[in-house]
Amino acid sequence: MGKILKYTLYDLLRSRSLLFYFGFYLLFTFGLFWLSGDLQKVLVSLMNVVLVLVPLIATMFGVMYYYNSREFTELLLALPLPRRDIFLGQYAGLAGSMALALLLGVGVPFLLYGLAASALVGQFLLLLGAGVVLTFIFSGMAFFIALRNDNRIRGFGLAILVWLLFAVAYDGALLLALALLRDYPLEKFALGASLFNPIDLSRILIMLKLDVAALMGFTGAVFRKFLGTGLGSLVAAAVLLLWVLGPLGAIRMVAEKKDF
Amino acid sequence: MIAIHNLNKSFGRLGVLKGIDCCFDQGGTISAILGPNGSGKTTLIKSILGMVLPDSGRIEVFGRDIRRQHSYRDRISYLPQIARFPENLRVHELIAMVQDLHKRPGRPEPLIHRFGLEPWLDKPLGTLSGGTRQKVNLVLAFMYDNPILILDEPTAGLDPVAIIRLKEMLEEARAAGKIILLTTHIMSLVEDLADEVVFLLDGQVRFRDSVAALKAAFDAASVERAIASLLLQNGHASSGMQAGAPVSEPSKC
Repeated sequence: MGKILKYTLYDLLRSRSLLFYFGFYLLFTFGLFWLSGDLQKVLVSLMNVVLVLVPLIATMFGVMYYYNSREFTELLLALPLPRRDIFLGQYAGLAGSMALALLLGVGVPFLLYGLAASALVGQFLLLLGAGVVLTFIFSGMAFFIALRNDNRIRGFGLAILVWLLFAVAYDGALLLALALLRDYPLEKFALGASLFNPIDLSRILIMLKLDVAALMGFTGAVFRKFLGTGLGSLVAAAVLLLWVLGPLGAIRMVAEKKDF
Repeated sequence: MIAIHNLNKSFGRLGVLKGIDCCFDQGGTISAILGPNGSGKTTLIKSILGMVLPDSGRIEVFGRDIRRQHSYRDRISYLPQIARFPENLRVHELIAMVQDLHKRPGRPEPLIHRFGLEPWLDKPLGTLSGGTRQKVNLVLAFMYDNPILILDEPTAGLDPVAIIRLKEMLEEARAAGKIILLTTHIMSLVEDLADEVVFLLDGQVRFRDSVAALKAAFDAASVERAIASLLLQNGHASSGMQAGAPVSEPSKC
């Protein structure tokens, strides 16, 4: 797996799309600092962009990479390598290169603007950590969808649908449910529901560490009471880990049985 | 060295291979696997390489069942039909990568020289033309001295000089006693090189014999005409000939 990961990284780190992705974060973060020198404000603005854009780009890139490298994958499959190594290596290379672009694109401006000396290091690392985890989750789901669907249009459609579900539709449905059932105590339901959406869970985890958490009202207090504790953080981390491992297991299972 | 027993494979409701039984165990033989589009040529080749997983039946390579195995592929050289590589890797990096994945060095230099690829070695693969990519593909397939060579449409995109080089390489491989399986739509290549023809139709081996025997069986001047007669024969069930009956008994294992 290590060798496939190495060569996938080698290829992708030189791809124009990835350089563009890195350049976007770099310019965007510098732009935010130029508009407002306040680290906290930049962090909040960045959070809103990262939590939507990272899953979207990871999804698109994941599907595109699989379909574009299909013929090369066939060449690899004819080499004396187990299928598991080929697909997990490609996935790790894909997600790893995108995560690296995010880390450098956002990290470099923060370091230059004096993050190390500020009290916001923890929050910043949490934002980057969430971005990296979301990259792995959504590129994994996209890779799995592409692996299952030989029809590219269907694969792209399904992958975008999954992103739409987690980034937009899930919140809408949740809000509707909360509004319709407002006469009932829904705090635990809201807490439970947030665990099933990695984007929501990441957003809550970051917001709890920022001053804006006060805006979340009573539900925010419930979140803070649970996720603010050691056990809560552990549960959140475990759930996010499951979100990474789920697509990984699915990729492995499909790859073993698929015809190429 | 390759033994295929009652191999069946369907994609959905479409049966592609229907009880294939054949062996390739004569070293120094070029076997041309022929058949119309969708007859199962590529599926058969990919089944031998473990890329397509059969529904039933058994394939043995070097005397061992290949199911869930991968190490046997170290001794098979394969040329895929479409040559597409990671766009941002350079040619020499790709050649080094394949050797790294094989965990043993090949001999790419004579082949690079033979195809005149020296000026391209430092270029990203995404910038190469289709023909140059196919030459790189050939270097990857021929750089190991493996006893089995499987080539899927090897002439695709090649210029006449490169085709001559390829023919020389195939003749050398035959002289070295290798088992060579080849699919192609270029009948002149079959005529010039193949020792035997394995003709697939509707997922079954319908003919297997030497090129001379194929032409003699249909009283045809060329392989192309013989294949056309074979196809027509199998499409004329009402003329008294049983559709699907093999005109030559396929050699089983």
